[in-house]
Amino acid sequence: MLTKRIIPCLDVDDGYVVKGIRFQDIRKVGNAVKLGARYAQQGADELVFLDITATTERRQTLVSLVQKVAREIFIPFTVGGGIRKLKDMERLLKSGADKVAINTAAVKRPALIKEAAKSFGSQFVVLSIDAKKSGHQSWIVTTHGGRRKTNRDALDWALKAESLGAGEIMLNIIDADGTTQGYDLEATRQFSQRLKIPVIASGGAGNLNDIFQVLTKGKADAALAASIFHYGTYTVKQVKQYLKKRGVAIRI
Amino acid sequence: MNALEHIGARPILTRSSNMIRRAAKVIFPGVGAFGTGMKILRKKHLDTLIKQICLDGKPFLGICLGMQLLFESSEEAPHTRGLSIFKGVAKRFRVRKVPHMGWNKVEVMNKTPLFQGLNKNFFTYFVHSYYINAKDKTTLIGRTQYGGQFASVVATGNCYGVQFHPERSGENGLRILENFVKRC
Repeated sequence: MLTKRIIPCLDVDDGYVVKGIRFQDIRKVGNAVKLGARYAQQGADELVFLDITATTERRQTLVSLVQKVAREIFIPFTVGGGIRKLKDMERLLKSGADKVAINTAAVKRPALIKEAAKSFGSQFVVLSIDAKKSGHQSWIVTTHGGRRKTNRDALDWALKAESLGAGEIMLNIIDADGTTQGYDLEATRQFSQRLKIPVIASGGAGNLNDIFQVLTKGKADAALAASIFHYGTYTVKQVKQYLKKRGVAIRI
Repeated sequence: MNALEHIGARPILTRSSNMIRRAAKVIFPGVGAFGTGMKILRKKHLDTLIKQICLDGKPFLGICLGMQLLFESSEEAPHTRGLSIFKGVAKRFRVRKVPHMGWNKVEVMNKTPLFQGLNKNFFTYFVHSYYINAKDKTTLIGRTQYGGQFASVVATGNCYGVQFHPERSGENGLRILENFVKRC
């Protein structure tokens, strides 16, 4: 049977993985390709590389990163981070990326999702949503790394993206400070039940039980995690063994 | 291509009939749609070439859509005929979440050099919305469960088809590619 996916997420600045709360205490963890390869070797099901390079050379650094990853890592990987145009997506896919994640650019111009799905195929297009709680059982879409609020309902947006051809939804629930607090089980569950495409839960797992809950109660198809791996709190193997012991369908 | 180079093979990416005819082995990856795929093959006369290659016993590996095109037809393109090297058709998954995307187990049904060194059940990465119902059970060498059981690996002579992506299936996938290159 299809297993739940554990996906380490690597924030990359100029080829290096960085860790730390957004804009504070940023520290280099290691070479992105090497770290990615290590996670793959430990049993990661997929990888996500998010480009946070602030310079204008971003496009080229991301393409080189993708080329390097494709040469050494043989599990699926997604790239994202400031991707705005169809041409950029095409270049990244041609360089070896399996999927491309878009966020703000799609909110600004939803037709981008349709165009990308038509040009490359839905399976290559991931819509990443940063959503903030805005009332009872409703969440609102934010952009620009969570710094700007819109007046779009996040679930409606996800459903719209699905109808436009998005292949997967990456759902990141952020709190008042724009930082992630952990998975939001209620949000994930609602999105997973309404959508026919996979939902990847994102949001800073604190511990093993968090991941267990989001994949079971939250009904997510996959769990994204960063600090828990980068800080060395748990290895991918430990997370998977824990989940398997608790009865989750996991690839070990 | 990266995966093949990684295991030490020297792959050439080509559309040329001549290159394909002269090659020692042929891998036919496929991403996209059945209808368009067959249209392009017919246009370049690669359809007859592929049939000939498989008949001649040259090692051939079809991946994902590349495997589905080896069959008779697909619900995805109702009026298009496939290569019909294998008997059976491709049907759309009638499961809640489509496509079938992620890691799933291949259950080995028959021994083959392609599976050398792998367990009786091994994980590989799938991304597809249509699945194969193989009519001739002797060609079914690997099956997988999603909704019901579907053919994940087929073979006839030296012609193989895998529904999953070996180049994205970590160590198991690399092993399969290596087996195809070195043992088939």
